[in-house]
Amino acid sequence: MCGICGAFALDGRLDLPDKTPERMIGVMRHRGPDEFGAWRDDRVFLGHARLSIIDLAGGQQPMAGRADHWLTFNGEIFNYVELTEELRALGHVFRTRCDTEVILRAYEEWGDACVERFNGQFAFALWDRPRGRLFLARDRYGIRPLYLAAHDGRLLFASEIKSLRAYPGFAPALDPGSVAEVSTYWVNIAPATAFAGVAQLPPGHTAVVEANPSGPPPPAPLPPALRIRRYWHPEFLPADEDRRRVAPDEASRLAKDVREALVDAATIRLRADVPVGAYLSGGLDSSTTAALIHRYTDHRLKTFSVGFADRDYDETDWQYAMAAHIGTEHVTVKVDGDDIASRFEEVVWLAETPVLRTAPAPLHALSGLARSEDFKVVLTGEGADEVFVGYNIFREAKVRRFWARDPAARARSMLLTRLYPYLAQSPPEFLRRFYGQGLEDVDDPFYSHRPRWHNTGAVAKLLAVDGTDALRSAEERLAASLPAEFTAWGPVARAQYVEMTTFLAGYLLSSQGDRMLMGHSVEGRFPFLDHELAAVAARIPASAKLQSLVEKAILKESVADLLPASILNRPKQPYRAPDGASFAGNAGRDIVAARLGQHGGSLWDDRRVGALRRKWEAGKLASARDNMAFVAALSGRILEHEFGPGFADRLASTELAPQDLVWRERPRDD
Amino acid sequence: MNVRDKVCEYIIENFLFGDAEPMADDTMSLLDEGIIDSVGVMELVAFLESDFGISVGDEELVPDNLDSVANLVAFVGRKQAAA
Repeated sequence: MCGICGAFALDGRLDLPDKTPERMIGVMRHRGPDEFGAWRDDRVFLGHARLSIIDLAGGQQPMAGRADHWLTFNGEIFNYVELTEELRALGHVFRTRCDTEVILRAYEEWGDACVERFNGQFAFALWDRPRGRLFLARDRYGIRPLYLAAHDGRLLFASEIKSLRAYPGFAPALDPGSVAEVSTYWVNIAPATAFAGVAQLPPGHTAVVEANPSGPPPPAPLPPALRIRRYWHPEFLPADEDRRRVAPDEASRLAKDVREALVDAATIRLRADVPVGAYLSGGLDSSTTAALIHRYTDHRLKTFSVGFADRDYDETDWQYAMAAHIGTEHVTVKVDGDDIASRFEEVVWLAETPVLRTAPAPLHALSGLARSEDFKVVLTGEGADEVFVGYNIFREAKVRRFWARDPAARARSMLLTRLYPYLAQSPPEFLRRFYGQGLEDVDDPFYSHRPRWHNTGAVAKLLAVDGTDALRSAEERLAASLPAEFTAWGPVARAQYVEMTTFLAGYLLSSQGDRMLMGHSVEGRFPFLDHELAAVAARIPASAKLQSLVEKAILKESVADLLPASILNRPKQPYRAPDGASFAGNAGRDIVAARLGQHGGSLWDDRRVGALRRKWEAGKLASARDNMAFVAALSGRILEHEFGPGFADRLASTELAPQDLVWRERPRDD
Repeated sequence: MNVRDKVCEYIIENFLFGDAEPMADDTMSLLDEGIIDSVGVMELVAFLESDFGISVGDEELVPDNLDSVANLVAFVGRKQAAA
C-alpha cells in the first residue's frame, strides 16, 4: 500500500512549480514512508510514496513498462501470481515478481479492460506515452482512494486531498453544499467530496484523459476533460428470485459455496513479503476472518483489538474468548475519552471530511498498535454486514415494509423495539410517527435509508447556509448513478446497494478504514469485499441472508464449525465510541475551546454552535442526534483550520528533502 | 414569560441550536419537521414536568398533546387547570 499523486498538462507542456513533488508526496508520507519516487516528462509528473509489501527490492515506483508506459499504483492485485502466469503464456516477460508490473503488462495486453481481471484493492494512474493517454482506475468497492481536480490547465490527482492541496497555488475550501450533504447522508455522494472543485473517482470506475475524447463529459465536480466508465457494480437477484424461500438442503449447499469462496478470499489476502496480522473486534465477521486463517493456513497469526475504558462500548471479553479459541497471540489497546480527544485533530486531518462520530479515533489507536508491533498488513471483517445483510438498517426496512402492508397494526410497528431496545423507552405513538414517515412509499428507491437520513439531517441545521438545494442535487446524483437493474431488484438488495455505495465506500472504508490505517502506514485487507465472494453472495436469495429478522443467517451457517457458540449466537453489537462525552477531560476541553468558540467565516454558524456547546457543557447532549451534531461541528471546525491557516505548518513539517526523493529512469534492459 | 414563550425558548435552545427561524408556525409538527425525534420527546416531557410542575402519564405521551407548540401549550393549560 502506498500513496500516489501526479499532475498532467491538459494541453501543452507541463511546467511544475518549484517543490511540487516534494510537497505533494511529502504531505502524505504517512501512506508510504519506505521510499519516495517520482518521474516526469514534458506532459506528466507521477509521484509515489511506498509502503513496501511485495517484492521489497524490485517494486520501486513509478515503474516503467516495456511499451513506454509509466505507472504509479497504490494497493494490491492479489491474483498477481495467476495473472503473471497467464501473461507469460501470452509472451510477456517480467523483470520483477511484483503486482505493480502485472498492471503494466495487463494494460498492454487487455487495455482498459485489464481492471476486470484484477482481484484486488487499487488506485492507479498509468501514462500511456506513445498514445498520449492518461488512464486512471479505482477498485470495485472503493477500498483505495483517488481524488482529482483541475487547476491552472492541469489535472491533479492523488490518494489524499491534502496532496492536491499541497500543489502550489491550489487551495480548495470546504464546499457548503457538500458539508450539508455529509450532515445528512454521512458521506458525500460520489463523485463529490467535502471540498469545492475536488472530485473522487467513483468506486468501480476507470477514467481516461486523451486528445479527441469520445462520449459525454462526466458529472461535476469531475474535471470535464475526463471520460469515465463503470466496469463493476454490486449485483443481486431479480426481486422474485430474491424473495424465494430456500429449503434447508439448498441452504446447506449455498453455505458450502460461501465457505469455499471465503476461504479463497481470506487466503489470497495473505500474500505478502511481510507478516500479516488480523483485527479482532469480538464480533462474527473479524472472528470469521481470523478463524479461516487459522484453519486453512499454517500462518502464525497475531491479532489486534481495541478495548474501551467505558464498559458500554467494550468488547474485550469476546475478543479474548476468540483469541483463546484459535490460539493467536493477541494484543489490545485500551482507549478512553482522553485518548479519543487527544488524537481527534490528527484523525480529522487524516479523514479529510467532517465526521459525525468519534468512532474513527479508536481505530487510529489500533493501527498504531499494529504498527508498533511491526505489522504493516492486517485483515479485518469489514464488508460482511453489507454483503451478507447484517445491519439494523436492513432489518428496520424489512419491519417498515411489513408494517406498511397494515399501517394501523400496532404490533407490527412495535417490532422496531426488538431492533433498537432503547426505543422501548420512547412513547409508542411517537415511535410510530417517526418511523411511519414515508411508510407507504415503498417504491422509493431510498426507502431503507429515509429514517436515517431524516434523523441525521438535523445536523445540517448547524450550518450557516441553507443546504436544501445541495441535498436535492446529491439525491439526484445518487439516483442517476443507480444501475438500470436497480428497480428490478428486491427491497433488501436495493438497501444493500445503497449502503455499499454510500456508507461503506464513503465512511467505513475511508474515514474508519484507509485513513485510520494509513495514518500509521498499515494496510487493511478485507476478505468479505472479494468480488468473487460477492458473485457467490449475489446468487443467494435475500431470504437466506436475512432470515425473518436473523441477520447474516447464511454466513453463520457457513462458518458455524469455526466459531465458539458464544460468538456465533451473540447479538450484533454495533461498533461505537463515546462521542460528546469523550471531550469532557482536559484534552477535549482544550480542543473545544480552540475550535467551538467564535469563528467568523466558518460554515458552522457561531450562534448555533454556541447553543450546542452550552448544551454539551451542561452535560445535556441527550440524543444520538445531539452527539452527531457536536462531533460534526467540532470536526468541521478542525478541518477548516487544518486545510486553512494550519496547512502551512503541515507542509513545512512534511516536505521531502530533495535527497529523499528518487527520480526514476528507464531500466537498462529495455 | 408565558407558557408559549417558555416552550418555544426551550425548543429553540435545545433542538434548534438557538435558531428561532423554523418556529414561525405554532401548529407545525415538530416530528415531521425533524425538530425532535422520539428521544427528544422524552427530553421535552422532562422539561414540562420540571418547569411547569405537572406530571405526564404514559397514556398522555401522544402527538395530540406534544407534537406542536400549540398542542403543548394547550396540554400544559389543561394539566395546570386540572391540578
